[in-house]
Amino acid sequence: MNTSLSWIKRYVPDLDVTAQEYADAMTLSGTKVENFEELDKNLDKIVVGEVLSCEDHPNSDHLHVCMVNVGAGDPLQIVCGAPNVAAGQKVPVVLEGGSVAGSRDGDKSENGIKIKAGKLRGIESQGMICSIEELGSTHEMYPEAPENGIYVFPEDAEVGADAIELLGLHDSVIEYEITSNRVDCYSVIGIAREAAATFGKKFHMPEIKVTGNGEKASDYISVEVIDKDLCPRFTARVVKNVKIGPSPKWMQRCLASNGIRPINNVVDITNYVMEEYGQPMHSYDYDMIAGHKIIVKRANDGDVFTTLDGQERHLDHDIIMINDAEKAVGIGGIMGGENSMITDDVTTVLFEAANFNGTNIRLSSKRIGFQTDASQKFDKGLDPNTAELAINRACELMEEFGAGEVVGGIVDVYDEVRLPKEVPFEPEKINSLLGTSFTEEEMIGYFEAVDLRYDAEKRVVIVPTWRQDVLRTCDLAEEVARFYGYDKIPTTLPSGSATAGKLQFDMMILSIARDIAEDCGFSQGYCYSFESRKVFDKLRLDSDDDLRNAIEIMNPLGEDFSIMRTTSLNGILTSLATNYKRRNKDVCLYEQGNVYIPKALPLTELPDERMCMTLGMYGKGDFFEMKGVVELLLRKFGMKSKAAYKTDCKKNYFHPGRQAQIEYEGVRIGEIGEVHPLVCQNYGIGDRTYIAVLDMPSVLPFATFNRKFVGIAKFPAVTRDISMLVPKSVTAAQIEAALEAKGGKMLESYNLFDMYEGPGILPGYKSIAYSLVFRHPDKTLEEAEIVFFMNNILGGLNELGIELRK
Amino acid sequence: MSDIELKVKELQNKALNAISSADNLENLNDVRVSFLGKKGSLTAVLKSMKSVDPEDRPKVGKWVNSAREAIEAQMEIKKKRLDAERLDRRLAAEEIDVTLPAKMKFIGHRHPNTIALDEVERIFVGMGYEVIEGPEIEYDDYNFTKLNIPANHPAKDEQDTFYINKEILLRTQTSPVQARVMEKGKLPIRMISPGRVFRSDEVDATHSPSFHQIEGLVIDENITFADLKGTLDVFAKELFGPETKTKFRPHHFPFTEPSAEVDVSCFKCGGTGCRFCKGSGWIEILGCGMVHPHVLEMCGIDSEEYTGFAFGVGLERIALLKYEIDDMRLLYENDVRFLNQFT
Repeated sequence: MNTSLSWIKRYVPDLDVTAQEYADAMTLSGTKVENFEELDKNLDKIVVGEVLSCEDHPNSDHLHVCMVNVGAGDPLQIVCGAPNVAAGQKVPVVLEGGSVAGSRDGDKSENGIKIKAGKLRGIESQGMICSIEELGSTHEMYPEAPENGIYVFPEDAEVGADAIELLGLHDSVIEYEITSNRVDCYSVIGIAREAAATFGKKFHMPEIKVTGNGEKASDYISVEVIDKDLCPRFTARVVKNVKIGPSPKWMQRCLASNGIRPINNVVDITNYVMEEYGQPMHSYDYDMIAGHKIIVKRANDGDVFTTLDGQERHLDHDIIMINDAEKAVGIGGIMGGENSMITDDVTTVLFEAANFNGTNIRLSSKRIGFQTDASQKFDKGLDPNTAELAINRACELMEEFGAGEVVGGIVDVYDEVRLPKEVPFEPEKINSLLGTSFTEEEMIGYFEAVDLRYDAEKRVVIVPTWRQDVLRTCDLAEEVARFYGYDKIPTTLPSGSATAGKLQFDMMILSIARDIAEDCGFSQGYCYSFESRKVFDKLRLDSDDDLRNAIEIMNPLGEDFSIMRTTSLNGILTSLATNYKRRNKDVCLYEQGNVYIPKALPLTELPDERMCMTLGMYGKGDFFEMKGVVELLLRKFGMKSKAAYKTDCKKNYFHPGRQAQIEYEGVRIGEIGEVHPLVCQNYGIGDRTYIAVLDMPSVLPFATFNRKFVGIAKFPAVTRDISMLVPKSVTAAQIEAALEAKGGKMLESYNLFDMYEGPGILPGYKSIAYSLVFRHPDKTLEEAEIVFFMNNILGGLNELGIELRK
Repeated sequence: MSDIELKVKELQNKALNAISSADNLENLNDVRVSFLGKKGSLTAVLKSMKSVDPEDRPKVGKWVNSAREAIEAQMEIKKKRLDAERLDRRLAAEEIDVTLPAKMKFIGHRHPNTIALDEVERIFVGMGYEVIEGPEIEYDDYNFTKLNIPANHPAKDEQDTFYINKEILLRTQTSPVQARVMEKGKLPIRMISPGRVFRSDEVDATHSPSFHQIEGLVIDENITFADLKGTLDVFAKELFGPETKTKFRPHHFPFTEPSAEVDVSCFKCGGTGCRFCKGSGWIEILGCGMVHPHVLEMCGIDSEEYTGFAFGVGLERIALLKYEIDDMRLLYENDVRFLNQFT
């Protein structure tokens, strides 16, 4: 929404503020000013001049040498290149040292263009005669200006007068952000009312004089509204003997400042009233309305209608149409039809000011795929009481401009009249909500500034129908707060009972995970939650893999963002690939983010959102380094048991011989592996890549912050190293299980310190060496006891086909 | 003076000379061995005691012992000096160029979003707020209806929602967690809820279809708009520095009334106006308001007895502002040259 400051001042004549002051104060009272443009910002020393003589430039085929009377001093000699310059014209002249806003192409310059006296092709020029473009506007907004050439004032313009004033450019255009609850502020009057209250000035609503001749509109037109749910009100008036012509300059300026191009008196009046009251209007050529009857009803599915822009529109049953006795003549609230539009030959005009269901207009214009200025006003949901004001205002202006003879009376179909609401006045509640101590009188003063009347007898505030946002005490509190000033309301801290600030357990565990991952050299990434189905193929998932059961977004931003991820692998791989392509070496990343596992598809209840701690790396490092990070994480989560690494469930995205499911106390808590070379290839990663994923909902039940001290051993430990010849198929996990089973309580720890296969070792075997540590809590172990334990252990190892190396 | 006494004196002198001329610990040790060792010359005097008149033996013993004590004392002094000299030489030889590069353990870095979130959580947990999360895939009912945004409300269109089906969507805001917590009915409430939200915006330098918000909610008896102002003022000062000022502007959100948008004084220029704040001296950081009584009622809270305030902050907005990141896309690319800057 835009308005010019001067248009606001038409209703608040005492308003005397700069654009900056206006913008700041309006923003603080709730009408947010996004931006403002001072139209005369770079326009300096520009007066009305009279071209006394105009001769061809001796050294140019297009320049002219003019003598110009600027009111004061001797006439100036000015060289002018405009094709339309001629003696006798009154023109805008920039004096020496003045400035204009831009070039004649309409390109504005940030700081304007300074005009200096100088020679043009040998002839002295003491200023510049300028075009509307050089003054920062356009031919569109000043229809009387030529498309190419200098601007020419009417003959009665006073020589030496301020040309900018005359053009109405001592003004500012204000751009507002209007919130959806303030439908009334999508109008100049609505904003002016706010401005008056903000600055404590009087607001002057236009007084509409009764118009019309002795005839009755109802003798000209009848209106029937069939679908009243979509059209709560329809008003119509008739103007005959219409004389199409330009509207007055002041109206053109108002429209131009709102970015609306002046066209002719009838169109300008409807546009003006639409901006002024926020009520769109439509004007029909009365003679094209068959049967002089208007019927408002739903379209039929499949109907096609040509709007006045010449486009065919496809309709359906929920679109409200304006019809005459034979045919459709307009899409209600959106656009009129080509078949009844006003032309320059019109003699009788039918004005319409109606009220349409805002939601329906919004949905309809969405379905048809087209919005108009009118639909954008209607879709906010307008006050039906404004329709009558607007149509009378339009007729008044028609009469005032001598644009036609207004037929008396109005045809108004309005069954359910909207009445002002009454909101109980509860001053103590307002104060306790705001934390303030206003008196009743102060509050009432703020209400009345915006026409919220106080009824002392009923102790209610009467809310006019244009204020659809004021329904309860909290809404009244807002009125008080914003006109008193949010900035002046005190600042306090909540009193009341103390509460314990805390993070949830899972958040604390994730925080530990971040610390550990970063200590281990992994940096944190953030990945998108949605991705493409194509990632399932990139990850080489089987066609029946459960991970393919992903939740689909109905209206995605394209295929790449069309499903909710069921695995975190693509995110981390994509991030690693980005780094690889950018030649970053040895990259380690981690991510904490949800995957979304549907309980059933299509979705009937919320899915399982599972937090994944995902680690990925390429470059230096190997499977066992990644495994080390996993083990460190589990240890820091307080998980003391030994995790098992199971290889019986193979995943296609991992290297078949380098992957494991991580199990903790029999529960699967994650997976780890080297990424399959074909998957690496799909992502364009040329290094070996390792990934580990912890499924946090599975981890959390085992995580704990309980720690318990166990006494520090007082007696010495005994260490025995064993070097073994192990059949290749036997795993470290099997050896360690045997050590634990046979080592007994005195085996405090064991540690693999060497592994070798190759020359010197029997084919089919590998050499593995463990260091075993025995300790008794209460005494020093004796050699005989150690021998006994070792024999037990060796017995267990023998069962696996393991022998000690000689 | 007997011969023996002379001899002892002579040995003592010889030994003291030898000590003073010893220039390292090995030489010094040689001196000890040659005089005081088992086969040393002073020890030999004692060994020759048999040939001494028994009457003189105590005297001889005394002479030898006093000589030994003198030698040992001198030796100890010398040894200390030589030890000190040896240490000095070692330390001198071990001088290093301390300006050579450090050997650093390689550690990873935290994402700027998380750094900013940790900071926000620290501030609010310190003020007694509990951190509570909610689902990212949410019912339309929680995301809109219970927040006073009924079906066909224009605010629903404004938010460019991703839908899964008619009832289920990707939450457009963290506000649904408000409704979920209020519905549980445990009062008073002081909570913040950080999390991921989704809007159908194409990816560019300032937009992302997924980003993060932090919701705040306080419900108790006698909570006022002034409390909201005070709380967010403390928050802004903690987050952006003690000189920070806040400006509350009226605004509209369906689930709060009165509502406000909050600007903070630009922490780059202090409010005088710069490129960063586009010359205004202020930067918009959050939206807030008093919880709408209808929202309280829909969640089963007595709006006559309880009031409350709510606020929502964009996490990325804070991260981008605080760390002067000029392109939101950087946050989701995970290029380590970007991440490594956030130590």
